[in-house]
Amino acid sequence: MSQSFLKVERLARTFPTADGKPGLPVFDDIHFGIERGEFVCVVGHSGCGKTTILNILAGLDEATSGVVIMDGREVRGPSLDRGVVFQSHALLPWLSTLKNVEFGVRSRWPDWSKTQVQEHSTKYLEMVGLGQALHKKPSELSGGMKQRVGIARAFAIQPKMLLLDEPFGALDALARGTIQDELVSIVQATHQTVFMITHDVDESILLADKIFLMSSGPHAKIAEIVEVTMPRERTRHTIHHNPQYYKIRNHLVDFLVNRSQEYAGADISDTYDPKHPPQVRPGLADEMPSPAKTPTDPAVQAVVLPLLQTNASN
Amino acid sequence: MKTHKAWLAPLLSVLFLGLFLGIWYLATMQKESAVVVDPEYAALVGKAAATGSKSAVPNPTEVAIKLWGHIKDPFYDHGTNDKGVGIQLGYSIGRVLIGFFLAAIVAIPLGFLIGMSPLIHKALDPFIQVLKPISPLAWMPLALYTIKDANISSIFVIFICSLWPMLVNTAFGVATVRKDWLNVARTLEVSPLRTAFQVILPAAAPTIMTGMRISVGIAWLVIVAAEMLVGGTGIGYFVWNEWNNLSISNIINAILLIGLVGMLLDAILNRLTKVVTYKE
Repeated sequence: MSQSFLKVERLARTFPTADGKPGLPVFDDIHFGIERGEFVCVVGHSGCGKTTILNILAGLDEATSGVVIMDGREVRGPSLDRGVVFQSHALLPWLSTLKNVEFGVRSRWPDWSKTQVQEHSTKYLEMVGLGQALHKKPSELSGGMKQRVGIARAFAIQPKMLLLDEPFGALDALARGTIQDELVSIVQATHQTVFMITHDVDESILLADKIFLMSSGPHAKIAEIVEVTMPRERTRHTIHHNPQYYKIRNHLVDFLVNRSQEYAGADISDTYDPKHPPQVRPGLADEMPSPAKTPTDPAVQAVVLPLLQTNASN
Repeated sequence: MKTHKAWLAPLLSVLFLGLFLGIWYLATMQKESAVVVDPEYAALVGKAAATGSKSAVPNPTEVAIKLWGHIKDPFYDHGTNDKGVGIQLGYSIGRVLIGFFLAAIVAIPLGFLIGMSPLIHKALDPFIQVLKPISPLAWMPLALYTIKDANISSIFVIFICSLWPMLVNTAFGVATVRKDWLNVARTLEVSPLRTAFQVILPAAAPTIMTGMRISVGIAWLVIVAAEMLVGGTGIGYFVWNEWNNLSISNIINAILLIGLVGMLLDAILNRLTKVVTYKE
């Protein structure tokens, strides 16, 4: 198997219980790879450790065991190579929009002059449509605008990879729509590698190349990797006319509603290999299976899934 | 909530003041006494005391006349026991500010340390808990004995009493800085020093300033008592000296001035707090 841009192996995280004893692992035996320029969404129920995985990738949290390797180097602690967009936007409220972005830019390029820093930061704020709000304080901005500043701040340091932790979770549907569109166009223009957590199935289909479906914790796993086989140029307004859309959507919802619990418990069938979670293409389900790529083959899926179900119900 | 006309509250304030002054005036009206006294004795102890009339408390007009005298010439210096109130207040304010700033220099960095390190917090907490409730004046004899200088001893007492609110508030403010903001600094690889000055300090500034405001208030309370004890100069000593002179008018004036200066100090720090306060 070729070396992925980001490689996660045997990742597990255990939090101590209230009385200080080690508890059950929230997730364990997590393996995945992300290629350069790929957009990956992680979908799963609350408590499956999505945010913990993201924090470990960001270097803000440490895994109990396992490694994360990005671009040939092990991830140890936070780095400017990985830009993070926080769920709660996390802008510094005493700084203006521009200064918030400059804060990171100055750290990235300490040798730059003041004007250089300012021009660079302004460029990225204009990119997210905030050219008019450079000198406003975060408290004067709407929720959507704040999150845009957060995105501009993360993009402005030109990281090798972007980590987004439910960035639009707190936004209303309208604001979410526009900002999703913006994210699509920015990511397409910059070919940014993205790892994003979301609760929103539609959002993940719109944005992602691959969707990691996580089973519920404890012992959460990456149960399946869903390939979004629709062409990359998608828009919010037309995506639901694509015949693949509902097939993918149904597959995701079915997983969340019916199957996400079944991976709980340590003894999972022999056919499930956590190193190579089944990779499925529900969008192409009725078409002819593509020639032998074992785990991604829908024909294999048809065998694997019932096995898993019977096994977990024991 | 109903909104009132802007002038209503000040008008009421003036009314209350008038009422207070009126009651004061009535309560201190001189009943002319028929007792004849030796004029030399009267000159010595004051007319009211010599005639044995009920009250030596001056009426508002007498106090106002004295006050006008102080305002007209606040900075005269006629020797140890006869200095203008301006000079005396100046001494007191000077001591308070020196003690307060020395305390800030110690309390804010130390508070930072305590706030950032749970270990240091646990290690120092017992000392802080024991030292904090000690009345600052209890330190005075010890200070006088070790420092052997009345002036520096009062500054030390101010230092000690200003220390705790600033220390505790700084530690609290630093410890409760939003985790998200620190994570932002970490993911942007901001150096610890820059994080301290550009994230933690501004984030904790409102809490630190509140501590400073409490401190300066306590310091101003304590300086009067401290100066009464050590004597020499300062508005506290002035009050005590006028008590010895039995000049109630001057005492009342001093009380009024102490209040006004205290209000001023608080207003300044309040203004500064507003400057560093941010809206989330």
